[in-house]
Amino acid sequence: MAELIIFSLLNGLVYGLLLFMLASGLTLIFSMMGVLNFAHASIYMLGAYIAYTISQYVGFWPGLIIAPIVVGLFGALVERYGLRHVHKYGHVAELIFTFGLAFLIEEFVQLIWGKQTVAYAQPELLDFSLFEMYGSTFPAYRGFMLLVSVAIFVGLLVVLTRSRVGLIINAAITHPNMVAMLGHNVPLVFMGVFGVGSALAGLAGVIAGPVLGTAPGMAVVLGPIVFVVIVVGGLGSLVGAFVASILIGMLQTFAVAVDYSFLQFFGHLGLDMDPDGALSDLYTVTIAQLGPIMPYMLLVLILIFRPTGLFGTREV
Amino acid sequence: MLVVKDLNAYYGKSHILQGVNFDVKQGEIVSILGRNGVGRSTTCKAIMGDVEPHGSILFKGEEIVGKRTHEIAHLGLGYVPENRDIFPTLTVRQNLMLGMKESRKEGVWKIDDLFERFPNLKSRAENDAGVLSGGEQQMLTMGRTLMGNPDLVMIDEPTEGLAPKIVEQVGELLEEIAARGVSILLVEQKLTIALKIAHRVFVMGHGHMVFEGTPDELRANDKIREEWLEV
Repeated sequence: MAELIIFSLLNGLVYGLLLFMLASGLTLIFSMMGVLNFAHASIYMLGAYIAYTISQYVGFWPGLIIAPIVVGLFGALVERYGLRHVHKYGHVAELIFTFGLAFLIEEFVQLIWGKQTVAYAQPELLDFSLFEMYGSTFPAYRGFMLLVSVAIFVGLLVVLTRSRVGLIINAAITHPNMVAMLGHNVPLVFMGVFGVGSALAGLAGVIAGPVLGTAPGMAVVLGPIVFVVIVVGGLGSLVGAFVASILIGMLQTFAVAVDYSFLQFFGHLGLDMDPDGALSDLYTVTIAQLGPIMPYMLLVLILIFRPTGLFGTREV
Repeated sequence: MLVVKDLNAYYGKSHILQGVNFDVKQGEIVSILGRNGVGRSTTCKAIMGDVEPHGSILFKGEEIVGKRTHEIAHLGLGYVPENRDIFPTLTVRQNLMLGMKESRKEGVWKIDDLFERFPNLKSRAENDAGVLSGGEQQMLTMGRTLMGNPDLVMIDEPTEGLAPKIVEQVGELLEEIAARGVSILLVEQKLTIALKIAHRVFVMGHGHMVFEGTPDELRANDKIREEWLEV
């Protein structure tokens, strides 16, 4: 039991922090520009693929630095030459633009790298187990993922709360016009946030690629969960995104580890259910099987009871 | 300092400003008066580039139509909007710091200066600006704009919703700002402080100016006051 809890906690934290790297950029972009960027998870995928290609030639480590920079620049260009021009046609046009971009990136990835999972592997340097407990091992690479995500979180927190740029971003979230009238170049700030948000998504792709698999479907797998994270946390709230990321990370990881069904639950209550009865398909479902839909169940509950999200101020 | 010629502006298809002409000279306090909805705030927003302007706006001899908002602010134009637009989640001090155009570069107006002028803001320096009273928020917005060292400040209805005692303080502050060589464009609905401190007044009717003169001339002109100002 202790083993299950410790390892699930660690894995949940790794997964949750990975979600946060995606959600932080997405929620900042949303609160500043009012655009839900549907291509955000595609940019995460692009990061993984570019790092994979770089790793083929010069190894894993250069890719860790170069790939996020490349996708960050790509994100900045998308904002400067795409979204900024679409902006005057309203939010629907912007949504369609990012939606189209997501398809475009997916097709591009399949065209260049094919439809199969590519062999993007973790570096040999980290190919050992960090520690062993109750007979299970914790891979060093996961420890590395944890380290990178925590460093990003702390860095983001320091920049946003302690620096002048952070002040400008915080003010521009709610009053972009007023910030411009005080002499700050708000369009440049928007482009920067889009660029940095994309770079963070790219970095998440680089470090997640070797563990979760680098395939054209990876954006579709993670994308919806990231949207759930920012709605549960509260649109535009960075603290909310952090709490929701960890919460959903833990929820999914723990659920997968629990092999417990309603049948057993009713059994404990002294109710004998027929394991072959008419509704047996329903009550023999285990918590582990429910794991993948748990974030969405949480989303529904949040939308019913707290539509602003845990830390948000505006309704979805 | 500021010369506005044949300024037009639109919200969608509504033609809000229909050829606005006025000017503000160095160190002068000029007031634009008029009822709600005649286009006074739109005039300020068009000058700041927040609403697309058509026509000519010369600021310190330079044409600013077509420039972006932050570039206009950098030329030395400050705007204190009617709805105050403080940044509620930032502290009072952070709000003031955002008024500075470059970091750590205070100009004629220093944060300590403003704190001395407004002890209320000083005692709440580290509080979120969102908890300030209406009067304090007004002082904060004006202070924030002054931190950017403007040569001309446009102030939109600074006395709206404030107690008479605070209105008096706002008037004193405006005179002090002008005494330091900053020109002021005061946009008001009520005549009280405008007639007291302005050197010249303009009255705005539907999208254009209908009167220009000194406060005394406006006092003497019953027809204009009845037709365009009194409710």
